[in-house]
Amino acid sequence: MTVLLVNLILMALLVVIVVLLMRTNRLFAVVVLSGAYSLICAAIFVNLDAVDVAFTEAAVGAGISTVLFLAAMAFLPANERQPPRSHRITNNIAGLSICLLTGGILIMAALELPAVGDPNGPAQIHVAPRYLAESGEVLNIPNVVTTVLASYRGFDTFGETVVVFAAGLGVLLLLGGLTRTGRATKAKAAVAKTGPKTGRTKAAKKGAK
Amino acid sequence: MNDNPILRITTKILFAPIIVFGLYVQFHGDYGPGGGFQAGVIIAAAFILHSLIFGLEAGRRLVPLWVNVWLMAIGVLIYGGTGIASIYFGGFFLDYNVLGDSVASGQHVGILLIELGVGVTVTSVMLALFHAFAGYDPKRFAVAEDGE
Repeated sequence: MTVLLVNLILMALLVVIVVLLMRTNRLFAVVVLSGAYSLICAAIFVNLDAVDVAFTEAAVGAGISTVLFLAAMAFLPANERQPPRSHRITNNIAGLSICLLTGGILIMAALELPAVGDPNGPAQIHVAPRYLAESGEVLNIPNVVTTVLASYRGFDTFGETVVVFAAGLGVLLLLGGLTRTGRATKAKAAVAKTGPKTGRTKAAKKGAK
Repeated sequence: MNDNPILRITTKILFAPIIVFGLYVQFHGDYGPGGGFQAGVIIAAAFILHSLIFGLEAGRRLVPLWVNVWLMAIGVLIYGGTGIASIYFGGFFLDYNVLGDSVASGQHVGILLIELGVGVTVTSVMLALFHAFAGYDPKRFAVAEDGE
């Protein structure tokens, strides 16, 4: 009963945050509200006994993402530009009906899903019993999430790590000055500043050779 | 760069405990919630806090760009290397059972290693992302374009 009540309050807070997110056009408020949204999601995950997911959501969603957005926001104007208001009623009706249709389809599909925690649901009877039985007894690792993530699904996690690496590399190549042209222009700038004779840069050395 | 003494001293006090907590999450993932992803983000958060308060240049002195880039790759290599090592010891790729005397100890070693790889990569990528965004200089691109 308490869990239900807490869940209801948290869900209500999520709805409030989403409405606020839609109504504001100040980017700072949007970023902070997104962080709050993630934090409340983390609380809901704790309520669902998904502590690992909650941990990740709190650390990544509420923590790092907010900081990264704030860092990126320094280069943006403070307010979102308002899209030109559409006065044609047909546009609005088309948008509304697409929203209602998609939402209706999703709700219909969700009704087909097994209930949360249903012991006969496909998630519970496929490989989960083996993982649950083996992880603690045979592998001596009490946290089943870790064994699924690192051991049974090691390939997937390897892929995830490579994706994180590729994402970091991509951002560095685009923004971080890792490119050859970036280095060359820096060297050129140094040469221009100090004069070609005193500037001991790679470009100057190459020129000497 | 922030000159507020409360923020500076709080950062100095919190910096080490955040990293210790990150290491706890990193190496305690077998027994409690946590693991490489979460630990990586927490440890990166400590360095990002340092950079926010003491400035980007101080942060880059702490972890230079080349160290950061190398760590990104080293994490992936630790993960992949664990897979290669398990092939070397006679198992399949990422089959940790062969890494120890028993199945349980092999799994513990394997999971520890790959979580370490994940943690190293996630920490350095998060730090690199922050520095790339916060230290982004639009002028650099204007120069690069007319340089080419």
